[in-house]
Amino acid sequence: MHRVVITGMGVISALGVDQNEFWDALTAGRSGIGEITSMDAGQLRFPNAAEVHRYTPEDYFPTKELAFLERFAQFAMISADEAVKQAGVEWTDALRERTAIVTGSCLGGRVAEEAGYWELFHHNRTRVHPLTIPLSMANAGASHISMKYGVQGPTYTVSTACSSSAHAIGQAFWMVRSGMAPMAIAGGSEAPMFMGGLKAWEAMRVISKDTCRPFSADRSGLVLGEGGAMLVMEPLEAALARGAKPLAEIVGFGMSSDASHITQPSPDGAARAMRNAIADAGMAVEQFGYINAHGTATQANDRSETAGIRQVFGEQCKDLLVSSTKSMHGHTLGAAGALEAVASVMTLQHGIVPPTANYTTFDPECDLDVVPNVAREREVEACLSSSFAFGGLNAVLAFKAYR
Amino acid sequence: MVFAMSESVEQRVLRVIAANQRIPVESVTADSTFEGLGIDSLDRLNILFDLEGEFDIQINDEQAKTVTNMQELIAGIQRLLDAKEEDSAKEGS
Repeated sequence: MHRVVITGMGVISALGVDQNEFWDALTAGRSGIGEITSMDAGQLRFPNAAEVHRYTPEDYFPTKELAFLERFAQFAMISADEAVKQAGVEWTDALRERTAIVTGSCLGGRVAEEAGYWELFHHNRTRVHPLTIPLSMANAGASHISMKYGVQGPTYTVSTACSSSAHAIGQAFWMVRSGMAPMAIAGGSEAPMFMGGLKAWEAMRVISKDTCRPFSADRSGLVLGEGGAMLVMEPLEAALARGAKPLAEIVGFGMSSDASHITQPSPDGAARAMRNAIADAGMAVEQFGYINAHGTATQANDRSETAGIRQVFGEQCKDLLVSSTKSMHGHTLGAAGALEAVASVMTLQHGIVPPTANYTTFDPECDLDVVPNVAREREVEACLSSSFAFGGLNAVLAFKAYR
Repeated sequence: MVFAMSESVEQRVLRVIAANQRIPVESVTADSTFEGLGIDSLDRLNILFDLEGEFDIQINDEQAKTVTNMQELIAGIQRLLDAKEEDSAKEGS
């Protein structure tokens, strides 16, 4: 069993196109949520989303390559590139042959799919674009990363709704820890801004009409976001041997299924996943000072998640900080666990806990210290990053500061 | 008749291929082969898709498989266009 460290990270989101912009916004409590501009939102019942702005695909990819990259795959590639560069990976044939790539995506490339279906059903066309399948398949991000770096090891994609990339990172972590893979690139990406999908979310009546206010009594639902994030993980001794700088240690991964309801979350399921992550890390509850919460700002999630945290942390809750960065980067679905893993690692690196933005009013059912609106300086030893998906599938990652 | 002034079938085919491959139109000639232009099987699907749109025709899978160069492609499309014209003439009669 190896100790596993993160040596590189990349993130593109509504908060910016790299990890520095991401962190600047998170610590400033600045939300990337705003009026939808990428499409005509006139026929939607909600006006806002957390879209990636100031991003021109042609600045990142040659036009010929772009024809093969759906927006969600572009996000996967861009964040992987930043992560691999930060890690300073020196590729050898042996490393390429066994490195793992695990990505998460809830939807895959539905923007491309919808464009084809629109022509088919709306304009009575008889054909869809021949790249529709390779563009829209959920594993496109993993495959393109693999091709770019010539990585030939275990490469696949996990789709567990809003837990997708947390499951992806957790499985990749276990592969590196066990020695099965000498390195892993893992994370997720999502591009949910297309009319059919937005309408489906609208119909669930869980999207806020204004903004995302996790744990606040006046919370009114989630706000969808787009983006991608990737981590490079490797054994501590390998990182040190090649002079790479560990950003933080990944120490635990816990999973569970609620086995109760297709959309209503259960505190028990969340609690079991958190306990499993802490046990997998071989650590004590007292060592964890921060949770990057799932915190979607739906009535049900935030109440249930608070109850789950109370089950696990009990008296310890008085010293625990809990925040939802979804208040700033939005709910990026299959990318959420990866974005929040980056936020968690940066929290440990910098000794600053990002806040829950847009918070206004105390809710007795969400009575934890949710770090309202203003970042808090706090050197925490370890933290959890929680993802709880529709369908009751839970994934929790545990990180430890590397000092 | 303005036909002589408009683009020929050959010119249209070569233009579609150049645009699809994002290469200068001068680099595609009637003597070019798919292999010579570095066009792989997935590129071919894209090109067939664009040609079907350009000419409003349906190129069937079996016909498409046998084509290796521009001459054959242009000839094949010309045949489909002739057949189309014949059909519409029949419908008109």
